[in-house]
Amino acid sequence: MDYIIEMMNITKTFPGIIANDNITLQLRKGEIHALLGENGAGKSTLMSVLFGLYQPDHGKILISGKEVRIRNPNDANRYGIGMVHQHFKLVHNFTVLENIVLGVESTRRGFLEMKDARDKVMELSGRYHLKIDPDALISDITVGMQQRVEILKMLYRQNEILIFDEPTAVLTPQEIHELMKIMRELVEEGKSILFITHKLNEIKEVANRCTILRKGMKIATVSVQDTSKEEMSRLMVGRTVNFNIEKPETTVGQEVLRVENLVVKGIHPGKNDVDDVTFSVREGEIVCIAGIDGNGQSPLIYALTGLLPVDSGRIVIMEQEATKMPTKKRYQLGMAHIPEDRHKHGLVLDYRLDENLILQNYDHEPFSAKGFLQFESIHQYADKLIHQYDIRSALGGETPARSMSGGNQQKAILAREIDRNPELLIAVQPTRGLDVGAIEYIHQQLVTQRNEGKAVLLVSLELDEVMDISDRILVIYEGRLVANLNPAELSIEELGLYMSGSKVGVGYEKK
Amino acid sequence: MLAMKKNRLAQAVVAFLPSFFAILAGFLLGFVILLAVNPSQAIQGIGIILKGGLNKGMSGMGQVLYFATPIIMTGLAVGFAFKTGLFNIGASGQFTMGAFAAIYVGVVMKFLPPAIHWFVAILASMVAGAIWGFLPGLLKATRNVNEVITSIMMNYIGMSAVNMMVRATVYNKLKNESLPVASAANIPKWGLQEIFPYPSMSGGILIAVLCVIIVYIVLEKTTFGYELKACGFNRDAGLYAGIQAKRNMIYSMMISGALAGIGGGLLYLSGSGKYMKVIDVIATEGFDGISVALLGLSHPIGVLFAGVFIAYIKVGGFNLQLLNYDQEVINIITAAIIYFSAFALLFKTKIQSIVTRNAVQKNEASNTMQDESTMESEERPMKEGDSQ
Repeated sequence: MDYIIEMMNITKTFPGIIANDNITLQLRKGEIHALLGENGAGKSTLMSVLFGLYQPDHGKILISGKEVRIRNPNDANRYGIGMVHQHFKLVHNFTVLENIVLGVESTRRGFLEMKDARDKVMELSGRYHLKIDPDALISDITVGMQQRVEILKMLYRQNEILIFDEPTAVLTPQEIHELMKIMRELVEEGKSILFITHKLNEIKEVANRCTILRKGMKIATVSVQDTSKEEMSRLMVGRTVNFNIEKPETTVGQEVLRVENLVVKGIHPGKNDVDDVTFSVREGEIVCIAGIDGNGQSPLIYALTGLLPVDSGRIVIMEQEATKMPTKKRYQLGMAHIPEDRHKHGLVLDYRLDENLILQNYDHEPFSAKGFLQFESIHQYADKLIHQYDIRSALGGETPARSMSGGNQQKAILAREIDRNPELLIAVQPTRGLDVGAIEYIHQQLVTQRNEGKAVLLVSLELDEVMDISDRILVIYEGRLVANLNPAELSIEELGLYMSGSKVGVGYEKK
Repeated sequence: MLAMKKNRLAQAVVAFLPSFFAILAGFLLGFVILLAVNPSQAIQGIGIILKGGLNKGMSGMGQVLYFATPIIMTGLAVGFAFKTGLFNIGASGQFTMGAFAAIYVGVVMKFLPPAIHWFVAILASMVAGAIWGFLPGLLKATRNVNEVITSIMMNYIGMSAVNMMVRATVYNKLKNESLPVASAANIPKWGLQEIFPYPSMSGGILIAVLCVIIVYIVLEKTTFGYELKACGFNRDAGLYAGIQAKRNMIYSMMISGALAGIGGGLLYLSGSGKYMKVIDVIATEGFDGISVALLGLSHPIGVLFAGVFIAYIKVGGFNLQLLNYDQEVINIITAAIIYFSAFALLFKTKIQSIVTRNAVQKNEASNTMQDESTMESEERPMKEGDSQ
C-alpha cells in the first residue's frame, strides 16, 4: 500500500506533559482519513508537527516514502500540505480571487498579473465543482462559499495533502452534504485528505479510515466501514457514552418567559436584527432556537438578558414586565444565562475561579457584608461547586480562570448558573467546542433542570443537540422565527430546509 | 494552608520579577551612558546613583520621601484607573487642579481653625482632582469618547486654567508665582523631621501611604473593588454580570483624579517653600505617575515602592552633579528603566508560564490535572509557533 504521509512514532513533550506519545499516523494516497479525539487528545499538536510549527522530540515524517524534515509551514507547503482552518483565514475586504492568490501572486515587472491567475482559478473551480464568484467580496458571500474559497486556495497552491480542521462546524446540513461530495471528488482526483473532527456521523459518511487519539496516545486506527459509531466513541472517550438522553415525560407548567413582537434594529436601516419575534417558554420544557449562525440569535439573547436595548415589543419574565429591566434585576427574577462566548461574557479570565463563581452574587450574603467581600464563604462556596460539578483545576478555587481548560471553564459557568437555582435558564451553545464526555454531562444537566420544572431556552447550532434534547424547536432565519416544530415529528433534512429559509412554518409567513 | 501562603508569595515574587529585570537593565544602560560621557568617573558615578538618597544619610532619605510623595499619588491614580480598565493620562491636569485648590484654601481661607486648615486644603485638592477626572469619565461613559484623548486635553485646560486662576486670586507678581500659604495650612510633620532631618520633610508621605492602604483595601477587599476590577478586566463580563459599568467608569475616573489631586496638595503644602509658577509647562509629576504605575505593575503596594525607588535614583542624580555629569543623565537612566519595564511586561507571561508549569508538574501527582495540562500545552505552543 502506498502511503503519501507517514508520521512514525511521533513523540512531542512540553514541560510537564506528553502531548504526543509515540503516535503513528499513516495516510494512504487517495483516502479520506479521519482524526478523531477529544479536546486535548493531541490532534492539534500532531497537526502542528506535520505543519512544521514544532519539531518532534522523537519520530520521523515520511512523504511518499522519503524521510523529510518540515521546519516551518513554508516547508509543509512545499511538500504539498495544505490546510483549511476551522476559522477561515480570509481577508474580508478582498475579493475571492484576491484571497486565493494572496501570497503566491504572479507579477509582471512588479505589477500584479491577475489574468492567468483568474483563468487557473476558474479552471480549478470548474474541475472540482467548487462554485464561486471570483469578484465577490469575502464579506458578501456565505460561509459555505468561504469554505470553497479556502479549498480553492489549497488547490491553487497544488497541495496534494489536504487537512480539514473541523470543517462542518459552521455549515448547514445541506452545505455539509455538499462539502462531503466535494471531499469525495477531491479524493477521486487523487488528493489525500486528513479530516479532523469529533462528529461521528460525518466520519461514518465520508471517511475510509479513522485514527483515534486519546490523552496524547494513539488508541487505534480502524476501518470506518467495519466499526460502529458506538465503538468509535468508546475508543475516543475511553468509556461507553450514552447518546440517548433519558427524557421522562413532564407536564408543562406556567409561562416563565414571554416575548411579544420583539424588534431589535440592526445597523442598516430597514433590516432588523431581531424582527417581530413572539414566543414563550414554560416550566418543564426545553425550547430550542435553531438556526444557522448569525441569523439573529445573539441579538435576541442579548435583548432577553438586558445586554441590548429593545426597539419595540415586550419581554415578560415570571409575569413581570422586563422589557427595560436592567440585567441585575432579571437575574433576581430567576433568570440565568450561560452565554455564547465564555471568554467574552461568561468569565473574567483574570479573576480566579472562586471569584468567577460569584460573578452575579458577589454583593449578596454571604459573599459580602457591609461592602466587604467575605473570602471565607467565597472559598467554601467555590469548594462546594468544584466538588459538586467536578470542575477540575490546578489550584482549586485559586486557579486563574485563564489557565483552565475550555471544558472546565464551561463547567464552572454551568455550575454558577444552575446553582443559583434559576426559574429560567438561557443556554447559548452550551456545548460549543467541548468533547463528547463534557457534552453528555451538560446535556444531562439541562434535562435535569427541565425535569425539575424549570424553563430552559437553548440556542444551538448543533443539529444533533437540537433534535436530541429539545421539547420544541423554534427556527430562526434572518431575525424572524419561521417555524415552531416538534422534534419527534421532524427529520433533520426538513429542519435544514427551515434553517436555510427554504421553508416556512404555518402561521409564520411574512406579512 | 501554609503551602497556599507560600504559593502566593511565589506568585508575588514572579509578578515583580519583570520590574526587577527592568531596573537592572536600566542601570546597565545608565552605566554605558556614564562610560560614554566620562569614562574615568563612570564607576564612581554609578556608585552614586546606586547609593541614591543614602549619600547623605537620613537627610537624604528625607529628600527621597519628599520627592516620592507626589509621584506615589499620581502613580496610584494612574494605577488605580488602569486596574479598572481606564488609561488616565490626565494625572498631570488633576494634579495641577488639586495643587491650586490646596494653595487657594491655604492662602485665602485663613479664617479656618489652624488645627484643620491643612486638612480642609487637602480635601479641596481631592475634590478639585476628582472633578478633573470626572469630565473624561463622564464623556467616556456617556459618549464613548476615548479617555486618553480627553484626559490629555484636560491637562492643557487644567494648566491654563490654573495659570489664569493663580493670577486672578493668589498671585505673587514679583516672582510670577503663587503666594505662600498660611503656616497652619502646611501638613504637620508628625515628628518625621526627627527621623529624617531634611528641611522640607512633611507628613505628606504618611498621607500617601494611607492612600496606598485605602486603595489596596478598596481594590482587593470590597465588593466595589470587585465590580471595578471585573469591568476593568473584561467589560463585557461586567455587563453580563449586571454591573453598572458606565457608572463605575465615572467613579473610577473620579477616584483616580482625586488621588492625583491629593498629590498636588501634598507637594505644595509640604512647607518646602515651593510655589506654583505661572508657566506654560504641564506638571511632570503626572507623567512620572505613569512611569511609577508601570514599574509598580499598577498594584498599590508596587506603586509605593516604585515611587520611592524613582525618587531614590532621582536624588542620586542630583548628587551625580558633584562629578562631571549632567543631571539629565539620571533622567535618561530613569527613562531607560521605564522603557525596559514596558518591555519586561512582555516577558512577564513567559516567566509566569515557566513557574506555572513547574506548579503543574508538582500537581501532576495528584492526577486531577491531566486534561488541563494537555489542553494548555496544546494551545500555548501553537501561538509561539505562529510568531516564528
